[in-house]
Amino acid sequence: MTLIAKWQERLDALMPDDSRRWSEFRAQCRLIVSSDRLAATMSTLRDKCGMDMLIDVTAIDLLEYQGARDRFEVVYCLLNTESGERLTVSVYLNEPELTVPSMYSLWKSADWLEREAYDMFGIRFENHPNLKRLLLPEQFASYPLRKDYPMQGRGERHNFPVVTRAQS
Amino acid sequence: MATQMNPTGDNVIWTRLDAAANWARKNSLWPMPFATACCGIELMAASASRHDLSRFGSEVMRFTPRQCDLMIVAGRVVMKMLPVLQRIWLQMPEPKWCISMGACACSGGVFDTYAVVQGIDRFIPVDVYIPGCPPRPEQLIRAVLDLQEKIQQTGTVYGKEFASRTSPEGPPRFDRDEIERIRDRQPKKFQLPIYNPRH
Repeated sequence: MTLIAKWQERLDALMPDDSRRWSEFRAQCRLIVSSDRLAATMSTLRDKCGMDMLIDVTAIDLLEYQGARDRFEVVYCLLNTESGERLTVSVYLNEPELTVPSMYSLWKSADWLEREAYDMFGIRFENHPNLKRLLLPEQFASYPLRKDYPMQGRGERHNFPVVTRAQS
Repeated sequence: MATQMNPTGDNVIWTRLDAAANWARKNSLWPMPFATACCGIELMAASASRHDLSRFGSEVMRFTPRQCDLMIVAGRVVMKMLPVLQRIWLQMPEPKWCISMGACACSGGVFDTYAVVQGIDRFIPVDVYIPGCPPRPEQLIRAVLDLQEKIQQTGTVYGKEFASRTSPEGPPRFDRDEIERIRDRQPKKFQLPIYNPRH
């Protein structure tokens, strides 16, 4: 029985959903859900499947990625600390609807992870308690890890007043 | 001993006030270590026993800008850090000097990204640059000696030599390709943020 089949059987018994897709690579299982089913799926995974730890939340910009149909992919890495099982859950998003529900109510570790994804990709997490920039200055106006953002920025790094020797 | 030719004896030295002040200042530089990266390790090595920066009178590292007169910027400065750097520079009492240590502080080094400032001399005045990635402690000592020479040559009691440095001394704030990137930015209402270090 493959890893996918095992997960599929387990999750279908708990909450049937036809729109789910699965993929497997090197004994790592990935589940793709639609964004409106995300909250229900995640709470089932936590409460019924024992995925009690959220390792990471991040995003991928699939602009100009070969074969990609959607712009962004939000990735959640889950871990069951008792059995050691891992599962990756991903959601595809497109502009202008870059909104997914926040996982803060399920896992507290989502707080800063979601803020980082918001900071770098501009993905908004609904019902997040404090969704503001984590690493960049609050006045920063773009999302630098998007593929259409130039690596050397749009002048943000040099937009400061100059202190001359006579005035300091 | 007082003689007819030398009425004040050997215990009195005649000099200019500027030269005396410069001599005192150059031999007691108190550095403010603004160490943000690996150059800071070489800075520490320079004041440790083998290289012993205190032979040249600048061993008193103070971690408050109010007690320092030499700022050593050692390491890359990111854009979020630059208002802090400018504020610390403004908080240092006169007369003060600045050493830009290492490739990153001088020019951004290999970090040509949206987050790293491409040389601190675009935003604060710099007296001595040290190349290297990171520079050896000997190079830092050389820079301190060069700065001592500069102070002895150009210094005045009241710091008059600083008043003429009214224009920015580094390269222009924005590079030409950077201005082009600002121009073709696409988000609708993109406003460049304004940072004020004097807050």
